[in-house]
Amino acid sequence: MKAYIRAVFAILWKDFLLEIRAKEVVTPVLVFALLVAITFNFVFGTQPALVAVVASGTLWVSFTFAGVLGLGRAFALEKERGGLDGLTLTPVSRDALYLGKLLSAFLFMLAVEVVMLPVISILFDLPLVLPALWLVVVLATLGFAAVGTVFSALAASTRAREVLLPVLFFPIVLPVIIAAVESTSAILRGDGWSQYARWVGLTAAFDAVFIVVSAALFQFTLGE
Amino acid sequence: MSLPIRTLLLVATTALMVITLYLVYFWVPTEQVMGVVQRIFYFHVPLATGAFLGYTIIFVASIVYLVRPSARWDAVAHASAEVGLLFTTLMLLSGVLWSKPVWGIWWDWSPRLTTSLILWFIYVGYLMLRAYAPRGSRGARYAAVLGVIGFVDVPIIYLSTRLWRDVHPVQMVGPGAEVGALDPSMETTLLIAIVTFIVLFSYLVVERYRLRRAEEETERMQLAYGQR
Repeated sequence: MKAYIRAVFAILWKDFLLEIRAKEVVTPVLVFALLVAITFNFVFGTQPALVAVVASGTLWVSFTFAGVLGLGRAFALEKERGGLDGLTLTPVSRDALYLGKLLSAFLFMLAVEVVMLPVISILFDLPLVLPALWLVVVLATLGFAAVGTVFSALAASTRAREVLLPVLFFPIVLPVIIAAVESTSAILRGDGWSQYARWVGLTAAFDAVFIVVSAALFQFTLGE
Repeated sequence: MSLPIRTLLLVATTALMVITLYLVYFWVPTEQVMGVVQRIFYFHVPLATGAFLGYTIIFVASIVYLVRPSARWDAVAHASAEVGLLFTTLMLLSGVLWSKPVWGIWWDWSPRLTTSLILWFIYVGYLMLRAYAPRGSRGARYAAVLGVIGFVDVPIIYLSTRLWRDVHPVQMVGPGAEVGALDPSMETTLLIAIVTFIVLFSYLVVERYRLRRAEEETERMQLAYGQR
């Protein structure tokens, strides 16, 4: 068990080091996410009443688009430099490999969102830095990463992978997107926990189901 | 061995389709409120049955393939995905055609409709993955992974769209609303139509399966003779 956890964290550490040195995921994805949010600003205008209505949609469209971009990079990098072949040769169980990649994808997306939330708060003049919202963000991001890690591994070995990843990813994570948008709207309206508890529950259930299913299926995305 | 099954299915499909068409257009009475347009119902519901049947077959075939890889189960999944996409597309189109005259709108975002639309997208994604993935066992494995994830997701999608509609209530519509109030003759017609379309579905899957196996065989032969 101890060796298992060490393997998971070794993979996480590898991705972290790579990111510190090459800076190929978090920084470009963050810039992209900001651009998406700012584009929405031009699409819907700046009237405060309208901004309050479209804010949660803006937030989640920029998070999901940025997320899918980052997920695509995660395995494209491994593929380009033959890193995936090296990883599959290591004496580590496939689901430990999955959990390591899942954690790094999750933390990279979270890093982008941690910067995005206060910045969007300032740009759109909305109180987005709330504890309840963090819970929603963490659960939804975990769901994206759980499914996204498997799809990213699948898409990395296909032709047209940049297009294929979002085409596979968006329909499957639709429940998480709906839940995140609905609970964010509820939180921004100042509704109580009971108004969005079912959405948080749905996201948590999605996370649990797909972490287990994906960990079991991940082995089939590797090797010849 | 598979020739008799194929012929049998073709004969059964043709015979049942003639009966269904007679029942739908001549025998069953016209619905009082919705009028003649309600007859779409006898195609729409059977098409939906085929669409979900295809999904279930992909799921089962994918699991079997992952446990014990064989080209046969992969071909079964591929064939039902193609026929399933056809049925899902026709189901959505017939639903839209029915909805406009009866409820005045082409599309409402009811849970069933939304789930069917997402199902259509997952079918399309599945076939795109098959088209772009590496050929052979790797592509088959990738497709099987998506086949399992997609099926597991369907109830969660349905649940989420249902909760979502609770938040934005609009008029309650859907084929489910009037099923309980069906006239016995309508019920019989529907039942026979469903059986007909399941047989049609099976026939198309069997044909597609055979074609796919023949393609694989041709490819193998080309490879074998081309290299010499």
